[in-house]
Amino acid sequence: MADIKTVATRAGYGEALVELGSIRDDFLVMDADLAAATQTGKFKAAFPDRFYNCGIAEQNMMSIAAGIAATGRRVIVSSFAMFASGRAFEQIRNSICYPNLPVIIGATHGGISVGEDGATHQCNEDIALMRTLPNMTVINPADAVEAKKAVFAALDHDGPVYMRFGRYAVPVIFDDSYEFRIGKANMLRDGRDITLIANGLMVDEALKAHDILKAEGINARVINMATVKPLDDAAVLAAARDTGAIVTAEEHSVIGGLGSAVSELVCENCPVPVVKVGVYDRFGYSGPAAGLLDEFGLRAQNIAEKAKAAIALKK
Amino acid sequence: MDNQTKLCLQKTACKVRIGIIEGVHAAKSGHPGGSLSVADILTYLYFKEMNIDPENPKDPARDRFVLSKGHAAPALYATLAQRGFFSPDELLGLRHIGSILQGHPDMKHIPGVDMSTGSLGQGISAAVGMALSAKHFGDNFRVYAVLGDGELEEGQVWEAAMFAANKKLSNLTAFVDFNGLQIDGTIEEVNSARPIDKKFEAFGWETIVIDGHDFEQIESALEKAKKSDKPVAIIANTVKGKGVSFMENAVGWHGKAPGDEQYEQAMAELNAQLARF
Repeated sequence: MADIKTVATRAGYGEALVELGSIRDDFLVMDADLAAATQTGKFKAAFPDRFYNCGIAEQNMMSIAAGIAATGRRVIVSSFAMFASGRAFEQIRNSICYPNLPVIIGATHGGISVGEDGATHQCNEDIALMRTLPNMTVINPADAVEAKKAVFAALDHDGPVYMRFGRYAVPVIFDDSYEFRIGKANMLRDGRDITLIANGLMVDEALKAHDILKAEGINARVINMATVKPLDDAAVLAAARDTGAIVTAEEHSVIGGLGSAVSELVCENCPVPVVKVGVYDRFGYSGPAAGLLDEFGLRAQNIAEKAKAAIALKK
Repeated sequence: MDNQTKLCLQKTACKVRIGIIEGVHAAKSGHPGGSLSVADILTYLYFKEMNIDPENPKDPARDRFVLSKGHAAPALYATLAQRGFFSPDELLGLRHIGSILQGHPDMKHIPGVDMSTGSLGQGISAAVGMALSAKHFGDNFRVYAVLGDGELEEGQVWEAAMFAANKKLSNLTAFVDFNGLQIDGTIEEVNSARPIDKKFEAFGWETIVIDGHDFEQIESALEKAKKSDKPVAIIANTVKGKGVSFMENAVGWHGKAPGDEQYEQAMAELNAQLARF
């Protein structure tokens, strides 16, 4: 078996910051005492005078970022997904999203794959929280390449952006020729029997599920939906029309995330079965990331099973 | 300060207070008490201190103001209207559907509003961000903020205070509208932040205690602030409801609009004060 290159999406984030820092000096980077973990430390090492540590005060950091953006300057702020989206939710809402200020939130350590730190740090709710906010763009990249390209796109976006990155090293799917566009889904496999819509580390699982299904004679379309908001409505509705059933796969609660976004759109415009793979309304617990993904049913086999269930629901 | 200037400021502040009462009365809701207590501070900032231009409200070089106690929006709006950012007629639309004048400051739609505020504790952090941006990018503007004394109960205020001192943001000046009252009662009854000056000092700020209704003291405090190498907190002792006899030091007027009869009385009192200048 050939070696598969695995890299955490947070590493792509850190690389993007350093590359962007070397070509433009019009943005600041801030962190809340997690620079080594979030990878903003790489930017700090390269451009110490453009990095500001807020200390362990995420709420203050979000409103400070809003103030910086209100002066017409750009800023990228980082913390873990739990503290960025959860603890500072109201600051993001009122200081950043309400005035529609172009603050980029680079939230790392999203999802159950945070692993050993356990439930307090395993944020399975961030996409849901951020998606409810008017003006917010929400991106959950599949691999380090997409992560890196998404950061470049976010810095040119005129509005707030929440980006979720992972701690766990995941297979690299894309090569450098990949073109990322905010709000644009990309079809990785075409098929007519079912569509698998995934993001984050579940994209690789969806590709594996495609192969499992193929061996059973089921042709699955696979869509990478890195941008949860704004959702690529056209891609979802085309999938509903062409394949008649959808499975969503996300490393996030099935309440409020990608699965919800797809369901909301489909049920109003082109009702077909939508079956969700995700975390079913419970907290995580400590353990190695790989074992937790098995435990929580976030694997290709789970997607394949739900795909068959979705197909069975077709009228 | 010469007498002419002082008289002119007093007269303007009185017009701001009239604008507050007109706005809140027309809205049938809002926060007159804490608006009246900051009228003199806002008047001084917008008419004497800040480098601003109503004709060019988005000038990148302008000084910035953040009303961290966003519920005093009627005072900010009345001041901006007096200063010519928009017509005073707009004040009668306060809190109405279709009006630019939202219940709390909205930077996207109101000329002259530099930051959207309303959720307490966040405005001071935004002001810190503006001051940091100015320092980092070599901009010369100064940043002013007004906090409420009750607002100091928000932990975020102290996160902001710690950061501002650590980053030596000497271009930031924050007033505390120390009127001693908040919605649920006196600050002592609720959860007092006293001693306010000692707290800011402990966080690394320079502090100045003044009478927030005395323009000479406001002026000298701001002059001193400009010479400081630290962020400066001006603890302004104020009277909640200042200028309207029945609203003064009355906790009930924190967030209640005057009825028609009370409106007439308030306007009569303020117009009488105006006539004296």
